[in-house]
Amino acid sequence: MSDAAAIALIGITKRFGAVTALDRVDFGLRAGRIHALLGENGAGKSTLMGVLFGLTSPDAGVLELNGEAVRWQSPRDAIRAGIGMVQQHFSHVPALTVAENVALGGRGRFDVAQAAAEVTRVGTKAGLAVDPMARVADLSVEAQQRLEIVRALAHGARMLILDEPTAVLAPGEATKLLAWLRRFADDGGAAALVTHKVREALAIADDVTVLRAGRRVATGVVNEFTAESLARAMFPEERETRAAPRANPQPGAMIVSAERLAVRGAPGEPGIVDATFALHAGEIVGVAAVERSGHTALLRALAGLQTPGSGRLALPPEVSFIPGDRHRDALVLDFPLYENLALRHLGTRHGLMRWPAVRARTSRILEQFQVRAASGSSRARSLSGGNQQRFVLARELDAHPTLLVAENPTRGLDLAAAATIHARLLDAAHAGAAVVVYSSDVDEVLELAHRILVVHNGVVREVPVTRELVARAMVGAA
Amino acid sequence: MMSALYALWAGSFGSWYAFTSGTLVRAVPLMLTGLGVAVAFRAGVFNIGAEGQLLAGAVAATAVGLHGSGMLGPATLPVALVAGALAGAAWAGIAAVLRVRFGVLEVISTLMLNFVAADLVSYLVRGPLQEPLHIYPQSSSIPAIARLPQFGPATRLHWGIVIAVVLVFVVAWELAHTAAGFRVRAVGANPSAAWATGRVPVSRVTTRAFLFSGLLAGLAGAIEVTGVTYALYENLSPGYGFTAIAVAILAGLQPLGVLPSALVFAGLESGATAMQRDAGVPAAWASVVEAGLILAVVGVIALRARARSAAANGGPP
Amino acid sequence: MSALESVLAAMIRTATPLLLAGLGELVTERAGVINIGLEGAVICGALAATVAAPPLGVAGGYLSALVAGAAVGVLMATFVVVLRADQIISGTAVALLGLGLTGALYHDIYGAGGVALTVPTSRSFDIPVLSGVPVLGPALFQQPLMSYMAFLLAPALAWFLYRTHAGLSLRAVGEAPHAARAAGVAVDRFRVGAIIFGSALGGAAGGVLVLAQSGTFAEGMSAGRGFIAIAIVALGRWTPTGVLVASLVFGFATAMQYVVQALGWPLRYELVLTLPYVLTLVALVLAPRGAAPAYLARTD
Repeated sequence: MSDAAAIALIGITKRFGAVTALDRVDFGLRAGRIHALLGENGAGKSTLMGVLFGLTSPDAGVLELNGEAVRWQSPRDAIRAGIGMVQQHFSHVPALTVAENVALGGRGRFDVAQAAAEVTRVGTKAGLAVDPMARVADLSVEAQQRLEIVRALAHGARMLILDEPTAVLAPGEATKLLAWLRRFADDGGAAALVTHKVREALAIADDVTVLRAGRRVATGVVNEFTAESLARAMFPEERETRAAPRANPQPGAMIVSAERLAVRGAPGEPGIVDATFALHAGEIVGVAAVERSGHTALLRALAGLQTPGSGRLALPPEVSFIPGDRHRDALVLDFPLYENLALRHLGTRHGLMRWPAVRARTSRILEQFQVRAASGSSRARSLSGGNQQRFVLARELDAHPTLLVAENPTRGLDLAAAATIHARLLDAAHAGAAVVVYSSDVDEVLELAHRILVVHNGVVREVPVTRELVARAMVGAA
Repeated sequence: MMSALYALWAGSFGSWYAFTSGTLVRAVPLMLTGLGVAVAFRAGVFNIGAEGQLLAGAVAATAVGLHGSGMLGPATLPVALVAGALAGAAWAGIAAVLRVRFGVLEVISTLMLNFVAADLVSYLVRGPLQEPLHIYPQSSSIPAIARLPQFGPATRLHWGIVIAVVLVFVVAWELAHTAAGFRVRAVGANPSAAWATGRVPVSRVTTRAFLFSGLLAGLAGAIEVTGVTYALYENLSPGYGFTAIAVAILAGLQPLGVLPSALVFAGLESGATAMQRDAGVPAAWASVVEAGLILAVVGVIALRARARSAAANGGPP
Repeated sequence: MSALESVLAAMIRTATPLLLAGLGELVTERAGVINIGLEGAVICGALAATVAAPPLGVAGGYLSALVAGAAVGVLMATFVVVLRADQIISGTAVALLGLGLTGALYHDIYGAGGVALTVPTSRSFDIPVLSGVPVLGPALFQQPLMSYMAFLLAPALAWFLYRTHAGLSLRAVGEAPHAARAAGVAVDRFRVGAIIFGSALGGAAGGVLVLAQSGTFAEGMSAGRGFIAIAIVALGRWTPTGVLVASLVFGFATAMQYVVQALGWPLRYELVLTLPYVLTLVALVLAPRGAAPAYLARTD
């Protein structure tokens, strides 16, 4: 073959229990080209890249490196073959320096100066500046991502897998990264760009493959596609389009008022300063921000979980909070559902638990909010992700909160589950609650919100509900 | 072998006297400290300082018993018990503050406070609390009015057993039926979920559970002084605070489980003494059996958790 | 010897086993494991040295102590790494097992009363020239060989931790095991190795107690040194140099006890003994979280 693929995945099938995550999928990387892998959450993108990088072994199918069949026992083999991967969740050691992180995994003597020089050499050559002696914990997210790339290159990668690399970056930073990736490919590198952003794929990629429910539904050279055709391939059914009431017809009574509010961030995270805003009954207020902008502190303060450092924050008596990480922050997985309900509604009288009442209430909300569970005594662990989130939402909404704060409420859910969550948030607003929604997916915020607060560098600012203005505000460019 | 086992049995459960004066007397501090450790572990607090907290309680009870009886009269005993419990809570409180305010691992701090408590007892029984003749490194005996009554002339068993058993039932009921108990279980099972509901003050719950477990250990020390030793001396506790961890683990961290669990360990240690005396088999074998029991329980728990996570790993990450 | 000389000599003597155990625990904790079972390793090392030294000599005694400590480490590692059991509970059980087993075996081997043992002990090894320096010489340079080795081990471990890839991997394992695994580090193997190495040094510490100090065995003679090692690592802020200094601090407090008693100072030595622990607690308050490995005492 004249146009030999550097590496090809042919007919890859992978099952997890009864679920077929990948069904006879083909994918390949060639020198000089960027191959975008598109798909919704759960389409199988990460699993396919896991197979390519040796993290996951396929049940069927072959890998061919320059036309010869190969088999990875572990990522080590893939790295040796010149493949590098930048995971969505970075995997480095925060307490160590950049040079130490790059050198990690080696053998024999470790020479700090030599390791630092190597980082500088690789970084300079690739056009990615990193301070080799900086502690990784002290670096910005963007610099941490640069470190991950430099590390892959230092290990000899000529083929890079970037898993949702722009998800953690501000738009400006994302543009810079993609431009770098273009240069990398033009210099003879190969890259797989995993993304769910159609625009990104069209702007940067040479080849495009779309996965849906574990199957390859479209593949080809980029100019064969349009944004519409890619979106159709990714989402078979028309995505539920909602005539978003851009301006809330009747803003209700003021529910929250913040004046010159300052909140300290968690250790290593920024807080917010001097924020003044008001939230009203019946409106959904979106929060848009890139990672580490201070929005976490804002959400925690609104949820009543963190006391303001200075300024004034008037909160209503009944506040509900949907945390972004439901396994860690919303549920005790080994408790039955009724005890998880009791976390929120103690149902006590004179300090005593009234378990029969708690159980009855659990049964009622399971039915009312259509949570699929065997019974109120089922362990939270036994529910599917969508049903766990439905339960969490049900638990919070059943308190009839006047303020509902939701952080990434649909993360990790399939489209159907996400749609019901969205519907519930709308219902809550209709019922007169003020709803605050943060999502790391700006488009989700734009889809839901009547108003948008953008947090950048600890500064909270209201921005008109248009994608362009919001995106610019998120990086402080407006 | 058979004679050793017979001696072990005879010295623990084999006779009424051995059972009440040996096993049950030993079981009292083990029930209380074991209960304290169980509550702490349930709340996610690794308090391995029951030994130090017990000593703090013993010191406080001795001080009250020696110096308070003139003023307090018949109230000396209850005051001594309360003082002991509070001293245990205060000793645990140091580690609790270090954990909550400064993020110091309580495993390390409680371990060190055990040493400090032991050294302080050594100092006290040679200094301020030493008996008036200044010969022995121990305190004088506390007066009869400060002592826990025994169940009769034929036994060493004292009323501390009633306090311990009642407390076990009270704590079991609290964990299951009160809001405070539920909060402790929730915080232990998943502190961040408990926090994110905004309804559970996590560090306050943690601190309270920590203090409560110190309170129980301190009470155990006070009961040991007022019911068994009547005086303070070094090595007052043959490591009750450490055996307490074994008691709590074998009990599956269930308060009611502490009762049989404490009996097993008390019987083992009480019988082992008899075994060494009557059959010449070293009493130290009892520790080996204890360690084996903990390791068996811990191993089974770990294997079960592995099986569960293996079963749960059916889906993509 | 002057008072100062004897304090210095006693400080070095008592610091030696603490330093060995402390350095062992340092390596173990850097891998993210807190080894409360170290106490069991110390006492097993002591008994092994007692049993092996009469037929095999001092070197054989030390070797047996190392092996016995390592064996305790194997048990600890089996529970903590292989079975993923809780570190604190497993460690408590292992300590209890070591203390019980040595007590029982000692009775079984030497009889109920325990024979007045005569174990060959290591003689002090005078370093030429240096041992002649006034005051410092006799204290610092007339010590058993094992003391010098213990003090040389600290820089050796510093070299290992900061100048070898294995040391880098070990540090990464205690800070972020998942990231280390992703970088190709065999996390479990490092944990097992660190536990066994630490326990072997704990065993050596037990060997020192018998072969360089008491010349005999007594039930429970480890006297909490395995636990003190954990305090020493904390006071030493998880670095080899820090551990060296911290073990000298603990050694000094113990040495002061003799001086206070000998000179009849109006200061209770029991209170002096509490000082290093109080100091450690203060050190922990001053260096919160930052110094301790992020994954210490956690089971994934």
